[in-house]
Amino acid sequence: MRHKLLSAAFAATVALPFAAPAVATDLEVTHWWTSGGEAAAVAEFAKAFDATGNKWVDGAIAGSGDTARPIMISRITGGDPMGATQFNHGRQAEELVQEGLMRDLTDLANKEGWAKLVNPPTLLENCTLDGKIYCVPVNIHSWQWIWLSNKAFEDAGVPVPKTWDEFVAAGPALEKAGKVPLALGKQSWQESGAFNVLMAAIVGPETFLKVYKDKDETVAGGPDIAKVFKAADDARKMAEKSNVQNWNEATAMVINGQAGGQIMGDWAQGEFQVAGQVAGKDYTCLPGLGLNAVIATGGDAFYFPKVDDPEISAAQETLASVMMSPATQVAFNLKKGSLPVRGDVDLAAANDCMKKGLEILAAGKTMQWTDELISPDTTQQMNDLMAQFFSTPSLTPEDAQKRFAEIIANAD
Amino acid sequence: MSDTSTPRRSPQGKGEHGRRPNTLFKNLNAKIASIPMILTALCVFVGGTAWTVVYSFTDSKLLPRLRFVGLEQYERLWSSQRWLVSIENLAIYGVLSLVFSLLIGFVLAALLDQKIRFEDTFRTIYLYPFALSFIVTGLVWQWILNPDFGVQHVVRSLGWESFVFDPLYTKEIVIYGILFAGLWQGTGLVMCLMLAGLRGIDEDIWKAARVDGIPMWKTYLFIVIPMMRPVFITTLVIITSGIVKLYDLVVAQTGGGPGNASEVPAKYVYEFMFRAQNLGQGFAASTMMLLTVAIILVPWAYLEFGRRR
Repeated sequence: MRHKLLSAAFAATVALPFAAPAVATDLEVTHWWTSGGEAAAVAEFAKAFDATGNKWVDGAIAGSGDTARPIMISRITGGDPMGATQFNHGRQAEELVQEGLMRDLTDLANKEGWAKLVNPPTLLENCTLDGKIYCVPVNIHSWQWIWLSNKAFEDAGVPVPKTWDEFVAAGPALEKAGKVPLALGKQSWQESGAFNVLMAAIVGPETFLKVYKDKDETVAGGPDIAKVFKAADDARKMAEKSNVQNWNEATAMVINGQAGGQIMGDWAQGEFQVAGQVAGKDYTCLPGLGLNAVIATGGDAFYFPKVDDPEISAAQETLASVMMSPATQVAFNLKKGSLPVRGDVDLAAANDCMKKGLEILAAGKTMQWTDELISPDTTQQMNDLMAQFFSTPSLTPEDAQKRFAEIIANAD
Repeated sequence: MSDTSTPRRSPQGKGEHGRRPNTLFKNLNAKIASIPMILTALCVFVGGTAWTVVYSFTDSKLLPRLRFVGLEQYERLWSSQRWLVSIENLAIYGVLSLVFSLLIGFVLAALLDQKIRFEDTFRTIYLYPFALSFIVTGLVWQWILNPDFGVQHVVRSLGWESFVFDPLYTKEIVIYGILFAGLWQGTGLVMCLMLAGLRGIDEDIWKAARVDGIPMWKTYLFIVIPMMRPVFITTLVIITSGIVKLYDLVVAQTGGGPGNASEVPAKYVYEFMFRAQNLGQGFAASTMMLLTVAIILVPWAYLEFGRRR
């Protein structure tokens, strides 16, 4: 993966002297897209930006968002800002914007009419503070998917499940065939992500919002959420033998048929694509775990730290405009496996799974996700709880739920 | 720097009357040379510490701000399951690594001190792990202890199919897996320090002990070790400072897992300050770490250094 990124960066440096019509400005862009599918997608941005005569300096930070964000934030607060940086839109960069460290993009947005283009409009709302726009949403990612390996179910001699409940029922058969029923990377964000997906699928968006938006602790401690913890208990039993760390390693287990399935956001799709697998034939995707086909419209956005250098400012504006342009949106999102933020682009080349996502989006069945609803502080506490829950069979669902309700009661 | 000319002249002026210059101006060059370090220590260490303690009573999130909330951060800290696990892990790791690295280090040094052949070679081998950073050590031991490629795999492929050895994946013993890697890395240095101490013991003492017919182990225990007190103190300080800042080894070896079974306080501080964007909570945790160190260190330092005056 590293090599791809590097070679993309090198290729860009070689191509530049011939292509550049005006003075090229180097713009460092930091992000945490380092898996195969992600690197291929980010190269599309780099290509499009380099074509404008500027130069994309790739600042990929390996690990995950959890590793990358502290580095990005300390660079911005420490007075060494990069040209542009990725965040998940929502509350991660909230305080940086409040402190005036991020650049206001309202003029550009008005000029290009983003308000009319961006669909669903909540994407732009998440970039907005006090009526000003501070970030460019680049894709829609939804967490609510389970990816199933058709091969694993074939080997186990059971039909590919259509819902979470069927999947749980197929668990013993998979185990008998020597498979890990559920692949789950042992990083806390993956565990709490899977938990939230289960919640959205089992109790539906309304209850989900009562917990995370209204922070209603009685709901969080109530019978509905108890069902979710019961399901999470099933999940941890099925994932017991999954010994991988990174999400893409878990996805690889699904790709080569070692594991039955993985609960992961639609970025996993990029991995299937890189591996040359075909949706519907090699793998199956169930939005909302087959129970509740709703997708959350979280995703990635780019923020532009304030800088004094006018050349860099100009390049920032160019990059923002490039990222929003229809051609880049299509090229990037096809590689990334995510949905475009513009309602007016044609994704004819999309595969089955992306089409399912687009249909749900078109039907307006969208919901807000935790990145938008709870602060990073609360997210961290959630992650700690889920890390412990998934690794400690002696922690009962009831006790875990009690602690979950406490976190929600103190959430902000 | 312009002030320096004044004090430099004054002792000369006095010098004509009495031969005893003010002690303040004794070794003036050395004192001037240490001014930058004194300033650094005062501003960075003391100043930074005070700043951290003050802000630990605020509700600072991503950026520090002075809005005081009393002891709220501390209450939350001590009711957090993860912090309690961290403290417990550090206590286990700390006590065991202190005892074992001193014990193993001393025994190895005593063995090397028997005028054996190839002493240099052995010494180099033992000291070698110390040249590796904690990150490298952690990764190496992560692989060795990984059930799929490490010890368990090797033993199983030798025929013991049911052999189980996966400390890093078992939450009850994961901290011992980390301890092992820490000892592997650190005992070489302790051994070298001890060896230097042993070499500092006069040969005549050994001869005298032999003449009196005292067995070797008794000579070590009752004569040599008490004489090596300064070496033990130095070693103790080096080991303890390594224990408190334990972080990179855990990050490389387990990432705090499985679950949060191998969390340590330094990791809690880092993650709450930067990942959870909650500076107040991170500061409260680091203040608690400072307090713990102070509670242990101050009485000891008082006994050790205060008495002599």
